[in-house]
Amino acid sequence: MQVSTISSLCLFGQLLLVSCCFTRCAFEKDEQRAMDSVDVYHSSWDDGLENYRKTWPSRFRLGKLADQQFIAKWDIDVRPDGKGLPKEGSGTVKAGSKLYHQKCASCHGINGYEGPYDKLVTDSTGKNTIGNYWPYATTIFDYVRRAMPFNAPGSLSDQEVYDITAYLLYLNKIIEANEVINAKTLPKIEMPARKRYVIDDRKGGPEIK
Amino acid sequence: MKNSVRTSWWRERALWIVVLIVLAASIGFASYFYIQTKNQIIEPDVPSQIFVDPSKVQGRSTAEVGYRSAFEKPKKLISTTSARTPLQDLYGTITPADLHFERHHAGIPEIDPEKHELLIHGLLEKPIRLTLADLKRYPSVSRICFIECSGNFRYGKREMTPQEVCGLTSQSEWTGVLLSTILRDLGVKSSAKWFLAEGADGALMARSVPLQEALPEAIIAYGQNGEAIRPQQGYPMRLVIPGFEGNTQIKWLRRIELTDKPVMTREETSKYTEKIKDGKIRMFSLVMDARSIITYPAYPKKIEKGWQEIRGIAWSGRGKVKQVLVSTDNGEHWHEAHIQGPVLEKAHTAFRLMWNWDGKPTRILSKVIDETGYVQPTYNELVKARETKGGYHFNPVVGWDIERNGAAYLAKIEEIN
Repeated sequence: MQVSTISSLCLFGQLLLVSCCFTRCAFEKDEQRAMDSVDVYHSSWDDGLENYRKTWPSRFRLGKLADQQFIAKWDIDVRPDGKGLPKEGSGTVKAGSKLYHQKCASCHGINGYEGPYDKLVTDSTGKNTIGNYWPYATTIFDYVRRAMPFNAPGSLSDQEVYDITAYLLYLNKIIEANEVINAKTLPKIEMPARKRYVIDDRKGGPEIK
Repeated sequence: MKNSVRTSWWRERALWIVVLIVLAASIGFASYFYIQTKNQIIEPDVPSQIFVDPSKVQGRSTAEVGYRSAFEKPKKLISTTSARTPLQDLYGTITPADLHFERHHAGIPEIDPEKHELLIHGLLEKPIRLTLADLKRYPSVSRICFIECSGNFRYGKREMTPQEVCGLTSQSEWTGVLLSTILRDLGVKSSAKWFLAEGADGALMARSVPLQEALPEAIIAYGQNGEAIRPQQGYPMRLVIPGFEGNTQIKWLRRIELTDKPVMTREETSKYTEKIKDGKIRMFSLVMDARSIITYPAYPKKIEKGWQEIRGIAWSGRGKVKQVLVSTDNGEHWHEAHIQGPVLEKAHTAFRLMWNWDGKPTRILSKVIDETGYVQPTYNELVKARETKGGYHFNPVVGWDIERNGAAYLAKIEEIN
């Protein structure tokens, strides 16, 4: 009885050890695979780098782990599928209009196309604007929150950014005056220029593209 | 009695009178000489420039930081958001760090490296925060390569220098750590296909970069031409991706996020995309096509009849420069220029051709062929291929009209075939 308990404990211990090794190996293998595909590259500038690499430790363990709280503070990008949009807040054209005239019109014009800086709204000149050139509506939120207004970047609240986004979409005749812009509605908006976009396919060689 | 009184009056005051006279005279003389020297103009009988024979005097003492000769004044050409490298004033291929071109979207931030951190997170097992000191502990690499803004072609008048035509390209030796070296530690997930690089400037400038294409060569750099990267170039750390358009090489780097898809920031949608044929808009045109320019003779220089060394630079974001062809007769004949070795990948490469100018008006041109077989196109070829007359990634053959008096002017771009 005792013997079998001890032996089963031993077996359990061994199993645990083996499974640990396995997970570790599996993790390293998977990672290795991901990196291998890009490591097989050689050019004149990295002569000898492969040999030098062989002398490096497998882990550097530098820096400190970033916790979720820290990441959340800096992780501000907003993507076409809506990832990154604040759950709270909903923008209206009316509130956006007020904010626009206070904080944006001096650079972009009362109607969004008089300048002196970038035209945001399409006019007869055919210059690039949100309405005729921007492929994703989420980019408006991302950019305004990131970099605007020029004289006080990063000073707008998420609610204000939602409002301004709504107003700019309205000025470009993409949404109606009564529509609201939030985490649900913004990613669904189809921008007129979206269908014109193609990914670069230049590859070098004799072809001029 | 009366007489003796008078005599004694004089005698008593004689000393005082003499002192007064002497004092008055000296004040008079002093003011006379003062006025004289103050208003004096020396009119030497030899040219008035003071010439000191440097071999007959002791020179200046050593200084902690060097300086340019007072006779050399290369300058960047600045606007509010950019500064262009004076290509026509440089020799060889390395751009002095203080003449490296600049392009920024919210000015040059002043960053204390002690307070700066780089966050690497997203689709990986172990998100980390790195300081500059941490970064310097990784094994390092150095790489000589160009960085060029993809909006780097201007034309429209004859009086334009190489700096004005395409001064948004510069070359440095960048030192730092390969992004792949850092990621090796962090357990990158196989779903990671892109990364977002973001700066710490007022615009929080951000670009999405495809991981596979950028990873073999992407460097997080902290050194430029042997010193710490300058604030204009991204102090304390920046991304360098040899051959990619400058805008992707985020300066003042503070965040890298591994993602499955591009974020579609403003800089990769409303900017840094170009209209091409059939009404399409091309995005993620990341690699810089091959290009060349003659930097001498070029406006505003003037040449004399006889032997000239035509000089210039050629480069390709796809690899090495294979050949540079130069024409001194408006494209009728092409001569293979001498290329300065060692030829580096994705690097400005110097080319030279000796030319005996006969004094007749002509046009000189250069075109590069890179190792992929790409031949630098003419403006007309580009217009035809893209159905647009400019925009990002416009890299046409340019040249210089040499007039009878030897003056060089930018050749009309539409006339080059």
